[in-house]
Parts: sequence; structure tokens; C-alpha cells
Amino acid sequence: MKPINQKAWWLVLPVVICVAFSAVLPLMTVVNYSVQDIISPERRVFVGTEWFAAVMRDEELHAALWRQLTFSLAVLAVEIPLGIALALSMPARGWRASLVLVLVALSLLIPWNVVGTIWQIYGRADIGLLGAALAWLGVDYSYTGDATDAWITVLAMDVWHWTPLVALLCYAGLRSIPDAYYQAARIDGASRLAVFRYIQLPKLRGVLMIAVLLRFMDSFMIYTEPFVLTGGGPGNATTFLSQYLTQKAVGQFDLGPAAAFSLIYFLIILLLCFILYNWMQRVGTADREGAGHE
Amino acid sequence: MNEARFRWRTLFLLAYLLFALLPIYWMVNMSFKTNQEILASFTLLPQQFTWANYATIFTDASWYSGYINSLIYVAINMVISIAVALPAAYAFSRYSFLGDKHVFFWLLTNRMTPPAVFLLPFFQLYTTLGLMDTHIAVALAHLVFNVPLAVWILEGFMSGVPREIDETAYIDGYSFPRFFLTLFLPLIKSGVGVAAFFCFMFSWVELLLARTLTSVDAKPIVSVMTRTVSASGMDWAVLAAAGTLTILPGAVVIWFVRHYIAKGFAMGRV
Repeated sequence: MKPINQKAWWLVLPVVICVAFSAVLPLMTVVNYSVQDIISPERRVFVGTEWFAAVMRDEELHAALWRQLTFSLAVLAVEIPLGIALALSMPARGWRASLVLVLVALSLLIPWNVVGTIWQIYGRADIGLLGAALAWLGVDYSYTGDATDAWITVLAMDVWHWTPLVALLCYAGLRSIPDAYYQAARIDGASRLAVFRYIQLPKLRGVLMIAVLLRFMDSFMIYTEPFVLTGGGPGNATTFLSQYLTQKAVGQFDLGPAAAFSLIYFLIILLLCFILYNWMQRVGTADREGAGHE
Repeated sequence: MNEARFRWRTLFLLAYLLFALLPIYWMVNMSFKTNQEILASFTLLPQQFTWANYATIFTDASWYSGYINSLIYVAINMVISIAVALPAAYAFSRYSFLGDKHVFFWLLTNRMTPPAVFLLPFFQLYTTLGLMDTHIAVALAHLVFNVPLAVWILEGFMSGVPREIDETAYIDGYSFPRFFLTLFLPLIKSGVGVAAFFCFMFSWVELLLARTLTSVDAKPIVSVMTRTVSASGMDWAVLAAAGTLTILPGAVVIWFVRHYIAKGFAMGRV
């Protein structure tokens, strides 16, 4: 167990101040909005939990929420294994390692509004490489006309954009495993799979936890890329939760319901992340205990 | 068997790189075309090669100052984030203290707020403080999502270092700052490299907060870019050129931190 030392708070304090400075006041302000009907800045009426009840009953919101959950789980299911595989196959040292690192990281560095714009052209059958290639292969593909195609395009765009985040985290995690571990495994004659399962995966637990949580919460709040690419369409196929929220906030000119929506949104992310976090920690602990018995 | 595995790995890596680089190739390709060529025909290489889109950016102060503004606040943000996150991550990875687990998770919850409605309070807060349209305002606002990220990443890497190293160092008579800087930091180099790169990246591409908190003097490039969308239509070519240019600073950053990421555990005697 870690030693108890209350003085460690002094090391944490700067972080708490930095974050609280810009986080606590806005959050409290939004809570304040959410219980009022703001007709104009001077005329405000306290309405209690009315907005929350209205938001919870909203059918369209339920649909957007399910769409969002499906999308975020698909993102995790594709990006996490792909990111791990990529990290394992990247060269460990030499100029090749440097080159591959830079190439892999490139897609992360493009501003989100540009990502959507580029894919908008890239996916078009007449003037875009992806669309043209698919048309040449005889695939009937149109991200503007077909709901499934649009959904898959947004997913592919997210995989293209964010898998490097998972890969870089895992790659750095792999590089910090001491060589001695591998030597011991070689002496024991461990198979490649055994090395992955009993040496690499447990050592990656920390970075994987961050990767899963980050990808989950960020994909749950995805806004700019689908907004630019498909505008939420066709129909509602790619209208995810944050876009629905923005439509409400901008469309109604009333901050009250939008603030209540934001808070519920925030609580949903918080709850799901908390479940994921605890589940991953339990799996990790059980894993370590299991390894201890062997 | 090793040969075959090596070949599969290389094939997989090349396939991924193809998938990753094709959209970027398309963007670079577009940046050397005219708008007319982009929209009228499918061409693998620019037929009417032009530097005009880059010239637009480099000759217009409101364009290139966007890059400078972004670099300034991103650099401030990166330095503050790493500087405050290092000691905190050490505390979380080494000690138990009152509320440690709660504070650790609370940090991450600050990344979970959907921005749309939160922008207005941010605007009010920074207006009240008189920080509007300054680089420091954006740098401070971006701490909300970068500091928790840095703490989480660094904590993960620090927990991977055996605690015996700390204890041995203290017995050997190292003071805490000297131990931390000369012994401990080199051990978690790869974590620091990744954390620094991610802080750079998230702050560099963030649009909503940066746009809300600036108007003229500190206007970031991501916000300048939105002007390519106008009533007269979309200026695809200039947007592609601007997008290509936004990749470059980050590529330089990762080129500098690559050794930190790639080498990792350099000490053999542990």
C-alpha cells in the first residue's frame, strides 16, 4: 500500500487551483441558468426542476442519446484494438521509429473543422479520392444520400482522426517496459501471445485506461467533424447528442432548458466514465492478484 | 517464424499508414489547386499548379498572425500544464492522502462538459477579469482540459516505476528536488513526451473556447480559418493550404519529443 502523507496535498494544490479557476465558476453559472426561465437578462423566473423534467421527457433526445451511445461504443470497439495493434507493429528504434511516429501523429494535428471539410471533398464520388475509389470498385456509396454510408463515413473519419491517440499512448507505454522483462520471458520460452498477455497488456493498463476514457468522453461530445461533414444528416442519422444540444441552445434563445440539457448530458458522461473506470480498475486488480498466485 | 511475423507487421503498418496518409495527401493536393479545379474535376496531381493559396496566407497579416497567436498561447499552456502536473502526478502515484481518489477522478470530469452552453459563462468570467482577447486567457481556459490529461498520463507512467527507486535514492542522501529532476524524470521521459505532445495537440486544435475568448489581438488560426466559409461560397483551396500549414508546427513538436517517446526506460540497472 502507498504510505499516507497528508503533505502530498501541497504537490496537488497548484493543479486544483489551475483547474478550479476555469471550471468551477462556469459550472455553477450553468447550474444557475438551469433552474431559471431567462426571458431577458433582467427578467428571470425561478422554475426549479421544470426544465430537467422537460428534457427527460424529450423523445428526440432519447433517440439522439441511443445514436450517441452506439457511435461511442463503435469508436471504442474499433480504435482501441487497432491502436494497440498499431503500437505493437511500430518500429522500436532508429530513424524508422522517428519517421513512423511523425506520420502516425499527423492526423491528430489537423483542426477539427478542417478534418470535416477535407473528408467532405475526399468522400465525394466525382472529385474525392475515397469516393472515386469506391465508385471505381463498384460500391454504391454516398455519404450525403444514404444514412448507413453517412454513419460509416463519420466513424471512419473518427477512426482515421483519433486512432493515433490510442497508438501513441500504447507505444509510449510499451517503450517503458524494461528489457529485463522480455529477457526473462525469452529464457522461459514464452510464446508471443503469452508475452502480450502477461507482460505487455498488464503494463499497458494505465495508458489503456486513459485511452479508453478519453476516447469515450471525446467521442460522446463529438460535434465539429460530423457537423461540417454531414450537418447531422441525412435525416437524423448523424445528429449526435452535442449537435442536438446546440440546435436547442441556438434555436430557442432560452438558456434555461439548454443548461438543464447540458447538465444531464454531463452527468450521463460522468456516470458512464465512472462505470468504465471502476470496471477497468477491477479487471486490472483481479489480473494482478491472478498473476501473483501463479 | 520470426521472418513471417516481421513481414505481417510491416504489411499491417504500411496498410495503416496508407489509410492515414491518403486524406492528408488529398488535402495537400487540394492546397496546390485552384478552387475551380478542385470542384470541376478529379485529378491525382494539380493540373494547374499554383502557390496562390499559400501566398494568400503569407501576405495577409490577419492570416499569419493567427499562427503566431496560436503558438503563443499553446506554448504558455503546455509549459504551465506540465509544470503543475508533474508534482501532482507524483503525489497521486506515491502517497495516500485525504480525498486523493476523489480529486483524481474529479480532475478528469472537467473534460466532460459539453461546450455549447459553457461558453457563455467562460466569456463572462474572462470579461470580468479583463482578460478578454489576450493569449493568457486562452492558455488559462485550455488548462481545464490539458492539466487533467497531463496528470492522468504522467500518473500512469510514474506508477510503473517501482517505489524502491525512491526509497533507495533517499537512503543515498538525495534531496527530493534533486532525486526528482536527475533520477526520476529520466525514467518517465516517454510519459512526459506524450503528455507534452497531447497538451500541444489539444490546445492547438481547440476551436470553440479559443474563438469565444478572442476577437482581434489573440485570434487563433483555427478561428481565422472559418472565414474561408463566406456568403460567396467556400474557399476550399485556401482552407486546404491553411490546414496543411497547421500540421507543420505539431510535426516539429513531435520530431523533438520523439526520443522521449521512443526510448523510454533507458536505465538498465533497475
